[in-house]
Amino acid sequence: MHPGDILRSGSVGLRTRRLRAGLSALGIAIGIAAMVAVLGISESSKNDLLSVLDKLGTNLISVKASTGIGAGGSGQLPDGAPLMLGHVRPVEQVSYVTSVNAKVRRTDYIPSEQTGGITVKAATSQLLDTIGGSVARGRFLDETSSQYPTTVLGSVAAQRLGIDEPGARIWLGDQWFEVIGVLDPLTLAQDIDRSAMIGVPVARRLFDTTAAPETVYLRANPDKVVAVESVIPATANPDNPDQVQVSRPSDAIEARAAASNAFTALFLGLGAVALLVGGVGIANVMVISVLERRSEIGLRRALGATRRHVAVQFLSEALLLSVIGGAGGVTLGALVTAGYDLTRGWAIVVPLIGVIGGLGAALCIGAIAGLYPALRAARLAPAEALRTV
Amino acid sequence: MSELALPEVVLGLRDVHKSFPGSPPTEVLFGVSLDVLGGELVALVGPSGSGKSTLLNIVGTLDRPTSGAVRIAGYDSAELSDRQLSAVRARELGFVFQQFFLLDGMTALDNVADGLLYTGTGRAERREQAAEALERVGLGHRVSHHPNQMSGGERQRVAIARAVVGHPALVLADEPTGNLDTRSSRSIIDLLHELNDEGATILVITHDREIATSFPRQIELRDGRVESDTGSALTPAGREP
Repeated sequence: MHPGDILRSGSVGLRTRRLRAGLSALGIAIGIAAMVAVLGISESSKNDLLSVLDKLGTNLISVKASTGIGAGGSGQLPDGAPLMLGHVRPVEQVSYVTSVNAKVRRTDYIPSEQTGGITVKAATSQLLDTIGGSVARGRFLDETSSQYPTTVLGSVAAQRLGIDEPGARIWLGDQWFEVIGVLDPLTLAQDIDRSAMIGVPVARRLFDTTAAPETVYLRANPDKVVAVESVIPATANPDNPDQVQVSRPSDAIEARAAASNAFTALFLGLGAVALLVGGVGIANVMVISVLERRSEIGLRRALGATRRHVAVQFLSEALLLSVIGGAGGVTLGALVTAGYDLTRGWAIVVPLIGVIGGLGAALCIGAIAGLYPALRAARLAPAEALRTV
Repeated sequence: MSELALPEVVLGLRDVHKSFPGSPPTEVLFGVSLDVLGGELVALVGPSGSGKSTLLNIVGTLDRPTSGAVRIAGYDSAELSDRQLSAVRARELGFVFQQFFLLDGMTALDNVADGLLYTGTGRAERREQAAEALERVGLGHRVSHHPNQMSGGERQRVAIARAVVGHPALVLADEPTGNLDTRSSRSIIDLLHELNDEGATILVITHDREIATSFPRQIELRDGRVESDTGSALTPAGREP
């Protein structure tokens, strides 16, 4: 038979029972939509994390003194650590922060206990460059402003203090500091978000801050990051290399990208279950259809249809149902993905494997669900099929 | 075809028996033999339970006899596979049923065109011939209507058009007026006469004697046997009159 004729005879049953066809296609559609959306959303999220990584680079290394029981030491690196680390050849940038023994408040009328969890840190002027941050408003500390009571707020700190514009003054330690800048949220150094940063010279002058850095941030040549990591402890603290903690903040993002895969597998499994249920729905509808349409089967045999013609007709009906459901599901899944991506501000990524896999899965389900009813229809003896009760 | 040569035997039954399995087996036909020639209009009458429908299924190759020979348009049905029998039905037989068996999802034209669906004819050709067949049964104005918008008489005309669209050797009509009122029945019988005049060979199964007597030949079936046969008015090919 001509493919067009197969399609036409396969769609007769669907056209005359639209509601039932629609509902059973919906079953498949929901399963496929779930799978496509799960794949799409996880792919979009990973895509977003990776693009963040791309932008920020994976060559930022943070160096801290080990803390905790048995770590010993002062919780601070030796004074000379930044300088020494700067001498390591593949290290391209070095900057550091150190904690300042001062509290920050909106005004001096606010009790000193209410710091809102904001810490004060002394930061070198290259810090922002090194950690890949940017200024939302105003500017960062430079050589000059580091000398004077000026401060730059991390995004969370600014929000908690209720300051969005540079030019305001805050009560830091025992005197007014002028806010000269507010930072955008940082991805690779989130503790900076909750800090008010002041210059190293002013910190030393006003608060007796030690020269010992708390955290050193450095950028290494991307190809030599691992090598650099291995020499850091001995370089930063030659006397006690074991008291140095080296980490790569980008590892956390990579871990997040990998972790989302675990959830994807789980949700894909759920989608597969939904798809299976949809397939059972189609099989159910096809079995009923064969029972109801005995006389049509008999008629077609009388018109000269072979067993194979009858089987092909019912199989193509099941396939048609599942393809309609599959196409609807892929569309629905893509829309859900797009909607979710838009609310998250991500680039819209609908993976091709989801689309092709979704349609393929629908076809397979349709074929399996349709096979038994189709064979049953084909086996029906024509005389028996025409006998109406 | 019938103008050129003597009429040929389109249907030949020889000592056809049929029993259905069971304990004891139900015997329905006890040695039915008959010939139908090309161009005949035959009524097969009998009360219910006489084996009419079983005989129709066997004549229509929808069922096989337990024993005996069935020849249709020269083919011996016993020698044909299920697939080949399907081809015989597609080309040589046309069916008209009491319940019409039209598909509601399609127009009258497409229903009639489906009569050629399994003959390998292209779609455009099928629809063209279907339009012609609908014209022949007097429904040229109803081609694009759906069966559920039609009266019973009209539906049966569509079904008849579907049966004759491929110019089969034999048209089998099983109680074609069984679901119709008297007036529609009359017009369907008239239509069968007209189609017969145009050359179609038609075997009508009915329990209605009045309808049967309007046909040139009547075969009466009772308890699985041919009780009487008024005989053919035509002369079979290759046989002395």
